[in-house]
Amino acid sequence: MGLKITSPGLLTTVQDLGRFGLMAKGFSQSGAMDADAFLTANRLLSNNDSEGALEMTLMGISGEFTEDCVIAVTGADMGWQLNDKELIRYQATEVKKGDKIKSTAAKNGMRAYLAVAGGFDIPVVLGSYSTNLKCGIGGFHGRKIQTGDELPFRFERGQLLAKYKGTSEIPTYDDEEITVRVVLGPQDDYFTEDGKKTFLSSPYTVTMESDRMGIRLDGEKIEATDGVDIISDGIALGSVQIPSSGKPIIMMADRQTTGGYAKIATVISVDIPKIAQTKPGAKLYFKAVSPAEAQKIYKRHKRELAWLEYRLLF
Amino acid sequence: MDTENTVRFLFCGDCSLSVEFGNEISPDCNNRIRGLTDALTKKPIRGISECIPTYRSLLINYDPGVISGDSLILKIKKRLSALSDVSDGQKNIIVIPVCYDGEFAPDMDNVCSHAKLSKEEVVRIHSGRDYLIYMLGFLPGFPYLGGLDERIHTPRLESPRTTIPAGSVGIGGKQTGIYPLASPGGWQLIGRTPLKPYDPEREEPFLYAAGDYIRFKPVSLQEYDSIKAQCDNGTYKVERIKE
Repeated sequence: MGLKITSPGLLTTVQDLGRFGLMAKGFSQSGAMDADAFLTANRLLSNNDSEGALEMTLMGISGEFTEDCVIAVTGADMGWQLNDKELIRYQATEVKKGDKIKSTAAKNGMRAYLAVAGGFDIPVVLGSYSTNLKCGIGGFHGRKIQTGDELPFRFERGQLLAKYKGTSEIPTYDDEEITVRVVLGPQDDYFTEDGKKTFLSSPYTVTMESDRMGIRLDGEKIEATDGVDIISDGIALGSVQIPSSGKPIIMMADRQTTGGYAKIATVISVDIPKIAQTKPGAKLYFKAVSPAEAQKIYKRHKRELAWLEYRLLF
Repeated sequence: MDTENTVRFLFCGDCSLSVEFGNEISPDCNNRIRGLTDALTKKPIRGISECIPTYRSLLINYDPGVISGDSLILKIKKRLSALSDVSDGQKNIIVIPVCYDGEFAPDMDNVCSHAKLSKEEVVRIHSGRDYLIYMLGFLPGFPYLGGLDERIHTPRLESPRTTIPAGSVGIGGKQTGIYPLASPGGWQLIGRTPLKPYDPEREEPFLYAAGDYIRFKPVSLQEYDSIKAQCDNGTYKVERIKE
């Protein structure tokens, strides 16, 4: 079988890189909020990048393995323990049938990932393993993980590779204050010069109302020239929407595909995981970069991730 | 075509580009977006992962590791200049049977009294024209339709319902549409379709795409039940008309 859940955490779902090709039909992207931590979990186990893994929010799962396996946990530090001994993050770890895994509230960061070698034995729905809670599809029966669930593994013991030796550097997240880089636009021309200055210089606080759809910020109101209503258009990952309250919302994995509020800027893709790991109460600053610079940062980041994959081969 | 001069290219971060055709809701503008979307679907540009057509723009998600934003803009400009008249003049119409009676139409009286029309007139007006699907959004398969007759424009409910059943057909201000999934909402409900505009179990999960037209066809409660039964056992054939 697999992993039997004795405590499900606050919001635990199966996610992958996202559900693509259906956004034109109104389907949210879904997928891991911190794609870097998610990818690393899979790569440590030589899984496909698109294999489904558990995403946990603020509080991790506890459970018992009902099958031998190799696992990796990444992302936030949730005080992981295996049979009451520390379970080190960012490395492949062998587990035996009967082993117990335990975690606590996040000590650093916000979201953790647990992947298993060979992946969970769950169906692909509309091209993805990701759970879409609004539509009740994907992941484990289209819902969040509950006590008593038993997530089956695809591999049986015999299929496991002889040796997994993946380890990767353990990141630390800044729980107090982060700076995220943005490209201004597509609707920065809806805001006054003062409004744009406020946006790029004031601290914004991550609020409790943040979720997988959007990170809601509190702080100085951003002044628009003549209202923030636009003819609804597409919403990119990381769009910074300014509703009539003037308080920014960063649109994340579960965002709706279209919307009618002006978007003053878009967070660059490399900084999305940073936001996903930021707890309510933390301060957030925006810093503008050019589109060309943003693309350069993206390419550099892809090379770093590829280097990890290459290193694991030897 | 003069398209090139009026189109704006707006970067949305490093992985998305918005191609904006205008700042109005018009069939002409929407048609040009459909033209570009079709062209990019038929002959894809390497690096593009997703195209999301909306009222007056096309959001393109791409991988800047495969194609730079500037090269993407150049390629799209070329495609735009190669699009002559994007419309083949043919309308792709999907017929949606709707029962406008009883429990399916809890707000019919509101619409009638606001419009000062009888129920028969409201139904005749609502089902009397084809609606262009400008875009899908909000929920999977939720169509943003244009062209509702002014006579039956009705303000939204003062307090939205917490659940609206799937298949509900409603009016919200100047708009009309179908709720493909059970969802909260504030529209005035005037009928329900037995069809499932979105069904993840179906081979083709969606009945329509942006650019298609919807034609509502009034049916009796009896017909509704019969179509619903056919939908449930997979024998119903959706009526599609090309005009």
